[in-house]
Amino acid sequence: MTSTESLIDRRQLSYIAAQAADARLNVELETEGMTLNIGPQHPATHGTLRIIARLDGEQVVWAEPSCGYMHRGYEKLTEVRTYPQVTALVNRIDWLGSFANEVPFILAAEKLMEIEAPPRAQWIRTILFELSRIANVSLFLGDLGVQLGAITPVFMAFRDREYVLNLIEGATGGRFHPNFDRIGGLKEDLPAGFIDETRVVMKKLRNFCDEMENLLFGNEIFQSRTRGIGVIPKDVAMQYGLSGANLRASGVDWDLRRDQTLPMAWNKVDWKVWTHPDGDSFARCWVRLQEVRESTLIVDQLLDNIPSGPVMAKVPRIIKVPEGEAWVSTENPLGEMGYYVVSKGDLGPFRTKIRSASFNNISIVPWVLKGVYVPDIITILASLYFILGDIDR
Amino acid sequence: MSASLLAADLPYWAQALLRVLGGVVAVLLPAGTIVYVFLFKMMSFMQSRLGPMEAGPYGSMQLFAEVGKWLQKEDITPERADRFIFKIAPLVVLVSTFLLVAVVPFGPDAWFTNFEAGVFYMLAVSSVSVLGILIAGWASANKYSLLGGLRAAGQLIAYELPMVLAVIGVIIQAGTMNLQDIVFAQNAGSMFGWDGLGNPYILTQFVGFIIFMIAVQAELTQTPFDMPIAESELVSGYMTEYSGFRFLTFFIAEFATAGVFSLIASVLFLGGWGIPFAWFGWDTMDSVDNWMNVVGPLIMVTKMMLLSFIIMWVRFSYPRFREDQLQRFAWKVLVPVSLVNIMITAILKVAF
Repeated sequence: MTSTESLIDRRQLSYIAAQAADARLNVELETEGMTLNIGPQHPATHGTLRIIARLDGEQVVWAEPSCGYMHRGYEKLTEVRTYPQVTALVNRIDWLGSFANEVPFILAAEKLMEIEAPPRAQWIRTILFELSRIANVSLFLGDLGVQLGAITPVFMAFRDREYVLNLIEGATGGRFHPNFDRIGGLKEDLPAGFIDETRVVMKKLRNFCDEMENLLFGNEIFQSRTRGIGVIPKDVAMQYGLSGANLRASGVDWDLRRDQTLPMAWNKVDWKVWTHPDGDSFARCWVRLQEVRESTLIVDQLLDNIPSGPVMAKVPRIIKVPEGEAWVSTENPLGEMGYYVVSKGDLGPFRTKIRSASFNNISIVPWVLKGVYVPDIITILASLYFILGDIDR
Repeated sequence: MSASLLAADLPYWAQALLRVLGGVVAVLLPAGTIVYVFLFKMMSFMQSRLGPMEAGPYGSMQLFAEVGKWLQKEDITPERADRFIFKIAPLVVLVSTFLLVAVVPFGPDAWFTNFEAGVFYMLAVSSVSVLGILIAGWASANKYSLLGGLRAAGQLIAYELPMVLAVIGVIIQAGTMNLQDIVFAQNAGSMFGWDGLGNPYILTQFVGFIIFMIAVQAELTQTPFDMPIAESELVSGYMTEYSGFRFLTFFIAEFATAGVFSLIASVLFLGGWGIPFAWFGWDTMDSVDNWMNVVGPLIMVTKMMLLSFIIMWVRFSYPRFREDQLQRFAWKVLVPVSLVNIMITAILKVAF
């Protein structure tokens, strides 16, 4: 059976299962279903997401994510902060890859001010952006094991993520919340020894990826738990506005790093966008694993030809962004993240709309959870990979 | 622990008391060792961390600290729980472990009871723990616990059968259901006329051994068969609502049962307490020297640690199955393979 045929087969099977569950529930004299609240406090939701699932036995008949338990109001907060202060807020949105949150906002502000960071700053931004992607997604790979019952991989992920966090800390001074990006460039240049150290760490991370591929992805139990589970076909993925690895795993070749011309260094190096035709949980995890590996290669290439020069363009001491509106989005570790900044010429933005990847990614949860079993809820949620801060903002 | 070991005629009550004490030691001591050596230390080294280091040298007193912590905690019973059943459930699970250890022989005279139908008894009482888990899941008045309890029931019933069938190969080969005689048959036996190693059944019944260990893994609800517990989905399943002493009881039972099943597996497949009898020229049970009563338990503990290591190794490195995959694995793979194993064993038994 070819891959597409088996995909259709799986879709039909899960559809039939859902219909059967519906029918059983609608017949009188049948036992009534059970409503299971997964969360707000549940180890599989990495925080305070609540999934309300109506079950028939262990089969999900209806599921709905209920978010907002950790809403911190960043969109509103940006209105009462100045532009340089906003980066300190927004890198708490996706807290595992925080530097990546700052970049689109700064790019949007720079777009309004019509300035561009010097080449060295663009290079360093891209390096730090990819480092935060590696830190973020490598933890996902470990966490995936925990969700499926294998407890050892997460400790390996923590061990190797630590090297990356040390690099980020060495360059920016902050392990989780760098607040390093400035309008017009960066706060400082790279510290001495950063480049050599990064090369060593990238090699370690590639070893980590191999290790994960052997330990987790090569395991028959892991494959039987993830293959064919939570299949999201191409058209559905696009209808629900998925982005990032979730979309690429459904076979859509779409990566903002390649498809957009931003003042960043991605188009200066040679790399590949990974896609997978299956669209199941395994595909989503596999695409992420390949992306970590690809990111280490991007960082290595960027280090090879990093330009010299200043890291800060000429900007006024007190930043006032001219009146206008700008939308910039980048390919963040979790998917497309964008800021729509409206400026009235003040010290701070008049209004900011934050498009975070996870919020759109979990919108498919009611569709994809229909007809699956309780253990598969966990697999699917783990493979969709959301971060609570990124959902609730 | 029988009268002849003590070389004195003790009254019945004194013998009974000694046996109870011996049983408690035989259950709790291995359980504590397994928890410390495997759960705390080996798992930590596998996960590139040190594990407990503060309580005692290399954290060796950590277990006492943990027990002390649990004993201090409040024993909470949920409001809507079935109080009586909720409270006895952990004890039912622990009792199953104590009943199991009663048939395990530790030396030529060091046994608690010498059943003729020891294997049969062992397989029967090992399923008592299912009852404890099921009523714990039901009585907790918690949806997660209920799911966990029901999963446990389905799983443990599915895995009783392969376990029984795997042991039948050993019974056919030994020609007895008495565990003591099975140990004797392995150590006094010979392989193609060579008796330097005896005839441990792990060699001839290797398929049975593998199936038995898989079934034990499922019986213990350890990864990859830990769906009833499943921290990431069911938040520890049937144990969710337990705290303090009752949780400790579940915890002890989990590891003690791992130890006892390792003991039973070593009796059935690794030659039990014995060393090949040909080394010392023993040919009957009575001719075995008395010092084996001291060395035997040490050999048993060594083998137990070896098998527990395998159980824990698998536990720490595998992801977990899904419930239906597990049932499929049990009924479609393990049962047919063990039936074929029985058939081949029986044919070879008749042929030779």
